[in-house]
Amino acid sequence: MDVIHFSDGKIPADYLGYVRIKLLWIIGGIILLFVLFILSISVGAVSIPPYDVLMTLLGQNINHKWDAIIWNIRLPQALTAIVAGVGLSVAGVAMQSILRNPLGSPFTLGISNAGAFGAAVSVIIFGTGTIQSTIADPISINNPYLTTITAFVFCMIATAIILLISRIRGASPEVMVLTGVALSSLFTAGTMFLQYFASDTQLAAVVFWTFGDVSRAGWNELGLMTILVGLSSIYFLVNRWNYNAIDAGNETAKGLGVNVERIRLFGMTISAMITAVIVAFLGVIGFVGLVCPHMVRRIIGDDQRYLIPGSCIMGGVLLLASDTVARLIVAPYVLPVAVLTAFMGAPVFIYLIVRGYKR
Amino acid sequence: MILNVQELNFLYRNHDVLQNVAFEVNHGEIVAILGPNGVGKTTMLKCLNRILKANKGHIYLDGSEIKTLDTLEIARRAGYVPQRVETGRFTAFDAVLLGRRPHITWDVSERDLRIVDAIFSRLSMEHLRLSYIDEMSGGELQKIAIARALVQEPRILLLDEPTSSLDLKNQVEILSTIVDIVREHGIAAIMTMHDLNQAFRYADRFIFLKDGNIHFHGNFNDVTPEIIEDVYGLPVMMGSVGGVRCIVPGTAPA
Repeated sequence: MDVIHFSDGKIPADYLGYVRIKLLWIIGGIILLFVLFILSISVGAVSIPPYDVLMTLLGQNINHKWDAIIWNIRLPQALTAIVAGVGLSVAGVAMQSILRNPLGSPFTLGISNAGAFGAAVSVIIFGTGTIQSTIADPISINNPYLTTITAFVFCMIATAIILLISRIRGASPEVMVLTGVALSSLFTAGTMFLQYFASDTQLAAVVFWTFGDVSRAGWNELGLMTILVGLSSIYFLVNRWNYNAIDAGNETAKGLGVNVERIRLFGMTISAMITAVIVAFLGVIGFVGLVCPHMVRRIIGDDQRYLIPGSCIMGGVLLLASDTVARLIVAPYVLPVAVLTAFMGAPVFIYLIVRGYKR
Repeated sequence: MILNVQELNFLYRNHDVLQNVAFEVNHGEIVAILGPNGVGKTTMLKCLNRILKANKGHIYLDGSEIKTLDTLEIARRAGYVPQRVETGRFTAFDAVLLGRRPHITWDVSERDLRIVDAIFSRLSMEHLRLSYIDEMSGGELQKIAIARALVQEPRILLLDEPTSSLDLKNQVEILSTIVDIVREHGIAAIMTMHDLNQAFRYADRFIFLKDGNIHFHGNFNDVTPEIIEDVYGLPVMMGSVGGVRCIVPGTAPA
């Protein structure tokens, strides 16, 4: 006999129970997300009862005025918050694994700063910023498409530089992190340089753009983000065993037949794409990508089989909850969600760190 | 024969690390790779399952040249235990289950769970199944790493200094377990080692590396103090204590 056979074991009941608890957490998260989704659509300047929201979404005509509010304003905004939250969070999980660094997030590689620089170039050099007279929306970008495209282009330039350097120097975590830090400060310096020579209006428009806001996206932008985030999440889920192997160490992963360099490079490219698209459409939304994976780690551990779906749900929950609160907290004014994500995420995050892992 | 290495050459930055290394390993055999720090023991071990790609030479793993095998197939034939084991928030059961990666297509099967369960019993670690590995001692972690390699159902185990960070009791326990499993299942093991006494006690054959070449290759009866002095640059005495073969650094007192 030349092959080991150890199949005389039992299926351990205690382990199955342990797995069931993780699945219950994930199912609980999905239910929470759904409840939050209905609530988020129901609250606002016009209050709509949650049951009527549900019925309207299921295609019943309850009230024509509500139809317009739900389908044109609140539904796309709530869905955008979920999709962006899922995207940033799943990119964060992947980055933390790829960079072998708990501080890994979609922004570690300087991609968001590159996007902000792109927006500054568009507003200040191409002159796409302006002032409007409405109170709720005092400053706006008069050519959002050009601004978005410029921001996206600079996000991808940052990504391309990191990929190129990774190719030359090997796709090691250190090379990627250090290049990201360098690019981050380079683009920040570039933005400051442009802002120094900008007019008041332009300066306000640039700052306004960088406040991430999920109400900016319409159905078309939402569709594009959903396809990208959906496909990427599936990719990461398919590779969950490979990421577990990488978390167990480079050499262990290679010994298990995992092509570590390829998984790193693909994972980084995909995370960067997600970040670039979200930043270009919505502006900079910090903290979600960094914090959501860690919140989930504290609850269900580091196993990517549960961590990836858990983080997707947590990302959706956190960004949707933040956006809902942002719409209500200083009504009739609406805060950009980016202000709220850190406000809501930081205390919870600190609590979880202090409490340690769930036993 | 499980492993056949022919004319293995490995270059690092145009510097020869390994030159014309050749040897064979048979079923049920344990081979120790010995030599000073930096001589290329780990490099050689990593070439054997293509974690590092040799510049020249042929390596046949269970009859197939490894260049022609995909990485998962190599992992189904060779289980690798690196020197350093990393931890994370995983249960011991999940950490070992990861060793089934080369066999898993989409999700774990009942068979995967049974194999992992059996390994825990075999290594007398049932009580650790649901413990978190980031709270484990060095000895327990090392056992987890070995268990992970074993559930790959390999034909050969490649162990990089399996006992370097362990206390005496754990060293003996882990090495005797490896010997037992190798004999029981007719697989083979190659270990890089620093402790010559442990090597002499548990391995069947010894390969001493010096300057990127095999300086000596044979069994215990052929090893002489001169060979060890040549390799390590230090005089040694060889003898036996209670029937156990041992070596001691230094020359005999006048």
